[in-house]
Amino acid sequence: MIFNKRTSPVATGKADVSTLMQQVLYALIPGTLLLVWFFGWGMITNWVLAIGFALLFEAIMLKLRQRPIEPFLMDYSAVLTAWLLAVAMPAFSPWWLIAVAMLFAIVIAKHLYGGLGYNPFNPAMVGYAAMLVSYPVQMTIWPEPVHFSFAHIGADQAFQKVFWGINTGWDALSGATPLDAVKVNLGLHKTLEEIYASGHFGLFGGDAWAWINLAWLAGGLWMIQRKVISWHIPVALLAGLGGIATIFWLVNPQLYASPLFHLLGGAAMLGAFFIATDPVSASTTPMGKLIYAAGIGLFTYIIRTWGGYPDAIAFAVLIMNMAVPLIDYYTQPRVYGTKRGWLG
Amino acid sequence: MIQTLRKLWRNPGGLHLDENKDVSTQCPSRQIPLAAQLVIPLLQHAGDKPKVVANVGAYVYKGQTLAVAQSNNSVNVHATTSGTISAIEPRPVAHPSGLHDLCVVLIPDGKDDWGDARLPTYPNYTEIDPAILRQQVKAAGVVGMGGAVFPSAVKLNVRPDKPIRTLILNGAECEPYITCDDMLMREQAAEIVAGAQVMMHIVKPQECLIGVEDNKPLAIAAMQAAITAAQDSRIQVVAVPTIYPSGGAKQLTFILTGKEVPSGGRSSDIGVLCNNVATARAIYHAVVHGEPSLSRYVTVTGNGIAQPCNLEIPFGTPISHVAAHAGGTTPQAKRWRMGGPMMGITLHDAATPVVKAMNCLLVNDELENTQPAMPCIRCGRCTDACPTSLLPQQLYWFARAKEFDKAKTHHLSDCIECGCCEYVCPSHIPLVDYYRFAKAEIRTEREAKVKADLARERHEFHQERLERAKREKAEKLAKHKEQAQTNTDDGKKAAIQAALERAKAKKAEAAASTTSGDTAA
Ligand code: SF4
Ligand code: SF4
Repeated sequence: MIFNKRTSPVATGKADVSTLMQQVLYALIPGTLLLVWFFGWGMITNWVLAIGFALLFEAIMLKLRQRPIEPFLMDYSAVLTAWLLAVAMPAFSPWWLIAVAMLFAIVIAKHLYGGLGYNPFNPAMVGYAAMLVSYPVQMTIWPEPVHFSFAHIGADQAFQKVFWGINTGWDALSGATPLDAVKVNLGLHKTLEEIYASGHFGLFGGDAWAWINLAWLAGGLWMIQRKVISWHIPVALLAGLGGIATIFWLVNPQLYASPLFHLLGGAAMLGAFFIATDPVSASTTPMGKLIYAAGIGLFTYIIRTWGGYPDAIAFAVLIMNMAVPLIDYYTQPRVYGTKRGWLG
Repeated sequence: MIQTLRKLWRNPGGLHLDENKDVSTQCPSRQIPLAAQLVIPLLQHAGDKPKVVANVGAYVYKGQTLAVAQSNNSVNVHATTSGTISAIEPRPVAHPSGLHDLCVVLIPDGKDDWGDARLPTYPNYTEIDPAILRQQVKAAGVVGMGGAVFPSAVKLNVRPDKPIRTLILNGAECEPYITCDDMLMREQAAEIVAGAQVMMHIVKPQECLIGVEDNKPLAIAAMQAAITAAQDSRIQVVAVPTIYPSGGAKQLTFILTGKEVPSGGRSSDIGVLCNNVATARAIYHAVVHGEPSLSRYVTVTGNGIAQPCNLEIPFGTPISHVAAHAGGTTPQAKRWRMGGPMMGITLHDAATPVVKAMNCLLVNDELENTQPAMPCIRCGRCTDACPTSLLPQQLYWFARAKEFDKAKTHHLSDCIECGCCEYVCPSHIPLVDYYRFAKAEIRTEREAKVKADLARERHEFHQERLERAKREKAEKLAKHKEQAQTNTDDGKKAAIQAALERAKAKKAEAAASTTSGDTAA
């Protein structure tokens, strides 16, 4: 009698890649709903187009690379990349902008590097950074967030804008994000006080971005509670960003925005909980995660404050992605029964 | 429960697994009738194979030695009952690759007759030299019964420069389904404590800690009662948290003492000796009753078994016979394993015999993991779960890329193959298989290197010998020549000398004859 064979272990846990990715997607829902509330059709077109292109490119690449299509399409990793890009790119992004961004993310950053698990750079951020460098205008113009945006811009207007680039009755609604406004006006030698007085700033000053950041935070905390992600990366990233922001703010609050402004502005929370935590391109040792994420926080602040772009999560993530092999090497944990390693 | 509070250390990683232990602890352990045929493998321990001394067709008593250890790193093997030897040949044994190995096949006569085969008994072992007791443990074939099956006599051999401070009895039994140590502690606590005392006489530690996971309150209570009855204040039961794999020798050592067995070293390096509770009992039987190691508690469980239970089974009993006496199999009996779901091995043949390492026979319908392995997404779950603080994903990467040097510097050799990393891996990668592969490759590489070194050495030696021979030959030749030269010179001189002398002598003779010719004639 011959039995069924398999070496140990034969017991396996319940975790699997697609379930994990699904949970990340669930966690994105609150923030995304808020974005839809503030930007209406503009967010919906972003979302649908990004996911559509992502799945299309993913399927084509899998086919070209002769990989089984079904299990890899069903792992939701392409959907997650698309979703992150959809919420990071300005609402009402033209269809071609989204298509090119997804091309960079899925085809170049992911599949040309070997597909899921092999990409040294965060695909969504590669797509975002490539677009920001190539099309800075399109990538920095956000419409003014308005409550229940659907009432202000109809579907037809949105489609005209997204597919044919026609903007009718539109200008009044477009503006700069708070991060952008601060940056531009500081450049014009205004003090922060003057800048704040001129627009919607701060959580209770009606700033939609602060609320959206809080929604990402809520989703992120849920993921930590469900053990979808560990606390290391978000905490270290926010500590890095908040820490350096506090130092400069204490030095000169008229010139440097408050830590709260940084933590609740732009893509800080999205970056901390959803982008920097992309496991493939992040550091994988416990100590390494802290260093990696704190580095992202620091670079985000540096680029936001002194660099040429209003938001900086994408560049900061890509810079730290490059450092990951080094970080991983020097932060191996101390193994049972061995002497202490470098930083482990 | 009387229990002194003791500081415990927390091991990193580990898992909370579904225990599935209750099913097999519902009834007391039982003995089962002898099988019609016992297949006793010669190699049931980690070490060298002993030499067969029994003959086919011979009648043997229970406990009679069938094979004798040829080195220190080996133990004797015994007949588990009385009967006739019908064959000595390779048979399927419990091996991950389903290999066959040399076994003694015994047809029991049903008398279970000890005859004169018992070893000497040492009821007053405290008066006996530990060296003699160690020899007895070896002769009795006692090996570590927690699964490592390392010859116990070797472990009990304490080097004077490395005294043992703490003797640990491992009753943690952390793997799901397995309850044989639990039942053994509940039912044979006194014998375990007695075994601990024998070991303490041999290795002279200051204390003996019996580590039991806190999911076994009955076992803890029974052990406590036995210690109280033995009135031995050196022995203490310590409940440890139920986290897989706290029953790993290194893990339990750390949890109880806060000391880590050095990488590549032995626990004796830190003054600790760790033995399974079943081993303690076997040592007690060997020393006090002169009984070799002939049987063990085995948990027979899984949904493929009709009545999961613990049985005391003689070594050599085929697993099909075991299952038949646990209520038989159910339709779910698809996969048979020795050991638990995490570290056990899958068996390939129903005739596989029960051996010293078999703590559990797990029969169920969980087939192979059919989920396809996805790429590693570097999520780090494996790192969090690893009780040894390794980076399993990096090791996997190195094993896959055959970068064995890097695997070595990332401490692959410290992996205990507990399977925690693989259990949590969301990509369902057979990580442990990769580690076994890499370890085997490294071993082969090392052996090949040793062999190559040896060959090179031999070659160099051979070369040198040839050269020396040549040199010597040349020298000899030169000497020879020289000598021949001098010889010839001498020879000539000698010949001339001789001729001259002969001539002289003749002359003298002639002279003499002329002077005294009559007298000489
Ligand atoms: S758990 Fe699996 S997928 Fe995650 S890092 Fe480890 S090996 Fe990779
Ligand atoms: S099998 Fe090895 S690498 Fe995996 S968790 Fe266990 S000790 Fe760590």
